[in-house]
Amino acid sequence: MDPVIELAGLSVRFGNREILHNLRVALSGRTIGLLGPNGAGKSTLIQTLLGFVPLSAGSANIFGHDIRQQTRELRALIGYMPENDSFIANLTAVSFVRMMGELAGLPRDAALERAHEVLFYVGLGEARYRLLGTYSLGMKQLAKLAQAIVHGPRLLILDEPTNGLDPSARLRMIRLIKEMKQTGSMHIVVCSHLLRDVEETCEEVLILKQGRVVHYSNLEEERRANKRFVELETVGEEKDFAGALAALGCECVGVGLGRLKMVLPADFELREIYRLAAERDLQLRRLNYRRDTLEDIFLKAMEN
Amino acid sequence: MAVYKRTYAAYEGSLTPTWSRFLILPRYSFARLWQSKFLVMFFMACFFYPLGCVGYIYLANNLSVLSSFGIPVGNFIKVEPSLFLYFCWVQAAFTYLLTAFVGPSLVSPDLVNGAMPLYLCRPFSRAEYIAGKMSVLVFLLSLVTWVPGLILFAIQGSLAGWEWTKANYWIAGSLFVGLMVWIVMLSLLALALSAWIKWKIAAGGLVLGVFFAGAGFGTALNNVMRTQYGTLLNLTEVMFTVWSKLFRWPSDTGISVEASWICIGVVCAICLWLLIRRVRPFEVVK
Repeated sequence: MDPVIELAGLSVRFGNREILHNLRVALSGRTIGLLGPNGAGKSTLIQTLLGFVPLSAGSANIFGHDIRQQTRELRALIGYMPENDSFIANLTAVSFVRMMGELAGLPRDAALERAHEVLFYVGLGEARYRLLGTYSLGMKQLAKLAQAIVHGPRLLILDEPTNGLDPSARLRMIRLIKEMKQTGSMHIVVCSHLLRDVEETCEEVLILKQGRVVHYSNLEEERRANKRFVELETVGEEKDFAGALAALGCECVGVGLGRLKMVLPADFELREIYRLAAERDLQLRRLNYRRDTLEDIFLKAMEN
Repeated sequence: MAVYKRTYAAYEGSLTPTWSRFLILPRYSFARLWQSKFLVMFFMACFFYPLGCVGYIYLANNLSVLSSFGIPVGNFIKVEPSLFLYFCWVQAAFTYLLTAFVGPSLVSPDLVNGAMPLYLCRPFSRAEYIAGKMSVLVFLLSLVTWVPGLILFAIQGSLAGWEWTKANYWIAGSLFVGLMVWIVMLSLLALALSAWIKWKIAAGGLVLGVFFAGAGFGTALNNVMRTQYGTLLNLTEVMFTVWSKLFRWPSDTGISVEASWICIGVVCAICLWLLIRRVRPFEVVK
């Protein structure tokens, strides 16, 4: 699959401070998660992709278009939902979304029709004639989403889409992202510090720390790999036990306090674990099927 | 697609030409501006003086009307270039107030509400944004300045005959150039100040204040330094110097026309620079 976003040694500098350093990655997933602690450079990366911030070195392509040479063409393909409050207070939602559609190149009538459609789609249909200044935070988030999709972008960039949302509004936002992903007509970049949101919606995850890529994970491939992740808690001498399991083809890692994490080969029978433990007089206190959550991946990336 | 379907579908229709998109902003701005009754009333008030001028021009070309009422007709009622100079002067005062009212509502709400990334993440540049917002003022102020000015000129031409029109065609050019320069300077000043002072009322006050403060400071500078260059800080005098030259009328402001043109250019350049620094998709925090 052709990469959606391709970064080739991308660096960004503000004055003497390097914000993004030599980023190299090719992302081709339908939904891409951008993770990192505060100040990791996530928003700067998004702003760079949108052409707001100049590159100091390297290059970046979106759908094969160079972000420096073809900024205008690229912006026609992108929908952006900013993190902060962004609206025009004295316009109604339908006028606001219509105007944004027109600015993206839609004719007046088409923009009006699309504005009504997307406002119904995001759940603001009944409030579409209200002034944006009177909207609650959750409604403003939905209005921002509506303006980002009104022109039918090929790439939708959502910067902290669930910020400030109550649980039901958050679930609605997650459902909308999943639905849009399933239409197959757009790729979505979700920038968030909420791991659960990213885990629920994304196929690929890019983790940034201090302006560097510290981890890239294709969650979808990992889910498809059908690996059997097992976590064991033992009492007794587990080193010899781990060696015996490794000899049977298990990838085995001790994580301390008698705990082992394993990836079992496809044809491995679980009774072998009990047999090996019995032979060594090792107590098995707990056996969980478990794979690394995004939280584990994220924490490991941060430790590294 | 009907709204009841409530599903997402990509847009696959035609797109508008890129060059025309900056005109979207004035369309939405005017729709909002005309909702203000005060603006509509003030806008109508801006046409009282031009209507008075129409009456004056008619009478000047039809002295028999005055005679029929028994009013003695002397040499005092005639149409001269000074009539158009005074027209510029009066209408400029109206546009000055109109700009202070309309100008700050164009850019500052977008900056206060963080709307800049929404405009600029689309195929829409900063230059188009500024052009779009500025065209609101340029169009509005043109309607009360050089457009009625040229209509007055046309009326006078039609009443006075071809000979007068041929001898005074330069007045039409002076009206257009002189008032467009004023409109551009005023628009840039209003947009730049409202981009930096995000509070609309304060920005409007500052637009008014720049002219008064400039005049006061300029006079003080002239008196203290025993010079005439302080007058360059008085934008009203600067503009009057340019208009006097354009209408071939003696100017007593004490500054040269060349210095006035340079001053206007510098003011416009500074305003443009200030605007470009503020109209950005994100705030630069140092």
